[in-house]
Amino acid sequence: MSIYINKDSRVLVQGITGREGQFHTRQMLDYGTRVVAGMTPGKRGQDVSGVPVFDTVRQAVRETGADVSVILVPARFAPDAILEAADAGLRLVVCITEGIPINDMIPVVRFIRRTETTLIGPNCPGLITPGECKVGIMPGHITTPGPVGLVSRSGTLTYEVVNALSRAGLGQSTCVGIGGDPVLGTRFSDVLPRFEADPATQAVVMIGEIGGTDEEDAAPYIRTMTKPVIGFISGRTAPPGKRMGHAGAIVSGGKGTAQAKVEALTAVGVPVPLSVREIPGLVQQARDG
Amino acid sequence: MKIHEYQAKQVFARYGVPIPAGEVAATPDEARAVAERLGRSVVVKAQVHAGGRGKAGGIQRARTPDEAHAAASQILGMKIKGLVVEKVLVEEAAEIAAEYYLGITLDRAAQRNVVMVSAAGGIDIEEVAATTPEKIARALIYPELGLTDFQIRDLCYTADFERVVIGEAGRFLRALAHVYQEMDCSLAEINPLVVTRAGTLIAADAKINIDDNAPFRHPELAEWKEESEEDPLEAEAHRRGLAYVHLGGDIGVIGNGAGLVMATLDEVKDAGGSPANFLDIGGGATADVVLNALEMVLLDPNVKGVLVNIFGGITRCDEVARGIREGLARLNVRVPIVVRLTGTNEAEGRAVLAETGLRTAETMQDAAAEIVELVARP
Repeated sequence: MSIYINKDSRVLVQGITGREGQFHTRQMLDYGTRVVAGMTPGKRGQDVSGVPVFDTVRQAVRETGADVSVILVPARFAPDAILEAADAGLRLVVCITEGIPINDMIPVVRFIRRTETTLIGPNCPGLITPGECKVGIMPGHITTPGPVGLVSRSGTLTYEVVNALSRAGLGQSTCVGIGGDPVLGTRFSDVLPRFEADPATQAVVMIGEIGGTDEEDAAPYIRTMTKPVIGFISGRTAPPGKRMGHAGAIVSGGKGTAQAKVEALTAVGVPVPLSVREIPGLVQQARDG
Repeated sequence: MKIHEYQAKQVFARYGVPIPAGEVAATPDEARAVAERLGRSVVVKAQVHAGGRGKAGGIQRARTPDEAHAAASQILGMKIKGLVVEKVLVEEAAEIAAEYYLGITLDRAAQRNVVMVSAAGGIDIEEVAATTPEKIARALIYPELGLTDFQIRDLCYTADFERVVIGEAGRFLRALAHVYQEMDCSLAEINPLVVTRAGTLIAADAKINIDDNAPFRHPELAEWKEESEEDPLEAEAHRRGLAYVHLGGDIGVIGNGAGLVMATLDEVKDAGGSPANFLDIGGGATADVVLNALEMVLLDPNVKGVLVNIFGGITRCDEVARGIREGLARLNVRVPIVVRLTGTNEAEGRAVLAETGLRTAETMQDAAAEIVELVARP
């Protein structure tokens, strides 16, 4: 078992004929993902690495039965691409695109939350169920199948943690990168219940960063979970008022400090180590305990 | 992206918001000339991207053109929170009966924009928010509707605005919401909104921050962008297209991915070091980008050592290593560099680095400890 995606997921790539689209389609195919369709308006009839291209999401869904889409289109087209995917009834939409204006995402996220579609992202690396399916741009070779669920606001820091877990013999059930923007389709509090309900997941690692209150907002739910959660917060030493790369990673107006997050998490029994290298040991301890 | 008060006021004026008559001056003589043209009591205000200007002495009243000259002499060149004042706004002084606050920003928890108003505006609004939050009325904007009339009435009555100015205040709020949406703001504020002794309203101060993801929709902002840079190193990084934040320490840090770079900075600090900067080369960086990044970090005269931390996913370690090798060949590098490379094409990357004789580390913790030790060594 896993969450969101598995070996039966049928993936559509929106923006498949672009440079990023072509590259990551090949990477996903190599990983074993069933990429069944691509779409780029006006490019119907072409193929990318053998994957047929359609003009619209509806065409692609009708002809291939795709149920998951991954969006690799430029920022100015991404909000519309998300809406098209939701309107076509896709179960899961993963938006990798970064740099979407926040005021464009507010109505999109509000709309998506009223549909049956789950949006992950934007500005995220996507997700992997090791050994079964990868949707997005995470490097597949560092993951191994196993019992640890991982959810993160970061990209490469996630790889760092996955790598450390894999090397310690701790495989992953599913790794979910929810993205670094202030307005997101899926937040920690949306992912944690899925891990709690997933029989394959025995422990959860949650990687947060400065900015916003998503870590604090997830704390009350974590208190009710039966599975152990290990936390990590990056940006502990970042000065207030400086935006650290991600649109969401900023301490402003006294909100979003690492200290507040660490306090909220430790208060509900989540250990938050100072260094990434302590994470595998804490996961091991939690499983043994 | 931050813009100056005078620029924000120009934006508000385009949306029909009354602002005080005034002009920008870069010298005391210019300030005197503006005061002469206005022909009345003025306020001379530092134009700098920092709060607390008034408390720092960066806002002064002047009754005559000579006083305006004197005030500008004091304020120009002054440092406010480390930033040098290069321009002042000279504008007519309002006759203040009351000061209100109007603001819009993102409420991240609600994932919607929130309008906040208060009859207790002015320089102490943050104090008001912290100690008497009930004095601030709030309304979340429905993205599909925009700010509605009933919300505007609700805000003004809840905040206990003077009844005679409520109709006028509503027009200010409507304009504020339009500016916020159409200019892709992340913050728009009028504080104070001055109620004059004559019972009229005027935007005595204005603040606008623009979403860094939105300038593609606002080519007109390009000329303001250059001026918005607070720090010469950050300005240079922007010209080079690099995601760089100047932090003031002595260990330059380069990495790929914002979260990983932040975690690397934390490790440097925990090891007893002081990071000079945040620099994220992003995903899929080529050797040229790495060379550019290394050159950028070394432009900071305080840098005594450099830590490069790369976790290769779509970024290839061999590209990064070639960029570093190129940097050593072309730049006059006089400080130690420690490199931690892992992930995609790691072996090829390490082979390239072996030719350079640079120190490499297995983990980012080891890398941080090593560079801190090298920099501390006399």
